Amino acid sequence: MQATDDSQAARKAWLGLLAKAPGGEVAALWSAADMTPAHSVLRAPEIGAVMVRGRAGAVGAAFNLGEMSVTRASIRLADGTVGHGYVQGRDRTHALQAALIDALMQTDVAGQVESTVLAPLRAAATDRKATRAAKAAATKVDFFTLVRGED
Amino acid sequence: MYVAVKGGERAIDNAHAWLAEERRGDPAVPELSVAQIREQMALAVDRVMAEGSLYDPDLAALAIKQARGDLIEAIFLIRAYRTTLPRFGASLPVDTGAMACDRRVSATFKDAPGGQVLGPTFDYTHRLLDFKLAADGEAGQVAEAKPLQGPTPHIMGFLDRENLIQPEPAGDTTPPDLTRAPLELPASRALRLQALTRADEGFTLGMAYSTQRGYARNHAFVAELRIGTVAVEMDIPELGFSIEIGEITLTECETVNQFQGSKTQPPQFTRGYGLVFGMTERKAISMALVDRALRWAELGEDDLGAPAQDEEFVLYHCDNIQATGFLEHIKLPHYVDFQSELELIRKLRRDAQQVREAAE
Repeated sequence: MQATDDSQAARKAWLGLLAKAPGGEVAALWSAADMTPAHSVLRAPEIGAVMVRGRAGAVGAAFNLGEMSVTRASIRLADGTVGHGYVQGRDRTHALQAALIDALMQTDVAGQVESTVLAPLRAAATDRKATRAAKAAATKVDFFTLVRGED
Repeated sequence: MYVAVKGGERAIDNAHAWLAEERRGDPAVPELSVAQIREQMALAVDRVMAEGSLYDPDLAALAIKQARGDLIEAIFLIRAYRTTLPRFGASLPVDTGAMACDRRVSATFKDAPGGQVLGPTFDYTHRLLDFKLAADGEAGQVAEAKPLQGPTPHIMGFLDRENLIQPEPAGDTTPPDLTRAPLELPASRALRLQALTRADEGFTLGMAYSTQRGYARNHAFVAELRIGTVAVEMDIPELGFSIEIGEITLTECETVNQFQGSKTQPPQFTRGYGLVFGMTERKAISMALVDRALRWAELGEDDLGAPAQDEEFVLYHCDNIQATGFLEHIKLPHYVDFQSELELIRKLRRDAQQVREAAE
């Protein structure tokens, strides 16, 4: 059970990484990796919308905030492994590549996909986040109290 | 009444061709790319996404280009496009407490954990035209500091711990969706929030301002305003678990309002809430104020007859696409309608004249 949970958590992590990565970055790394396997397309890339929800008062009852565009695709490798891709935006190639990567990550070549595609994507995402966080931190106000005027 | 009349086709085609030429402007000036609009007109893009109710910066930028910068026209294009998309499902409610904040300020607690982070704000600029931007527009070096560690807790949570603020009961019932079912009154708060987050910024601002000036008497403090990115997570049936399907920028405003208590509620602070796509600070604050004003009935307050308390007035008039659709339709041919009006006026005048002549 633990192993199942761990593998599910790992899959959840790479699918999330692929969904949020810019399509261009995925495409560049994927074509450089040159790993496209034989596969059949189960679900051709499809552009759609997901209704994003929020909570009243941040913590209360759910409400519908608005939609976002999402593209999804599914493929099957020759050995029967199925891969799913759900990515933000309307890039069909991105969704298809995410599905291929998802499938390969469940096979013996997972290590190679991880090091050539996922690790660089993760590093780029971490870097972007860190840069924004550093810029935000530089705008943090450091209050200091001047001489108070009570007397 | 509308009657089909032929003969306008050539004029319409020519009008559209001229529109395209005017959109391009002087060909000696380089054409704007969609990417340029997305990157450099980012707040216009955010407004179009928020009121178009579809988070997709590239599409919003394209709509702005196509609409020649007319944001309501661009919002119209986005609304029309979104109806063509199949709905894959709904996300889990976003966790704004886990937001990676670009900006986070509180007007109520100076020393809030996590601090006051200004972010890329217009506040404290002098609102003087910067002629350097007309010359080159290259940005200078941006300062960086050690990123703040740990989560940025919601400030409202501190008041909540002391029971000084009206509780916000969590619930996971499926919220009503006004894009799927017609808006019916009285509306639940979930439905009001959906209508307000996509409402026209100007209308919402005007309504919110009216509450500050005394119509509905609600004096709001911004307990917290935060802008940043959150992950969007959705259950995927074919996987059997949820995954993150993207990341969006949101603006969230939580207001706290003094409240003397009512027949049903003890004295405590009450909340108004605004959550809007993109960096849309003015809209999010406005939304929170209008949300609070509309809550008078559930909090046991008196109906003061203020426009911002009237949910029918607010919800039926806040949507700029509905409003502009009805407003602008009156410029379309009403020849037959008007003919009958003309006949009627002529008849009334004839009758009135006869009465006058008979009297003389």
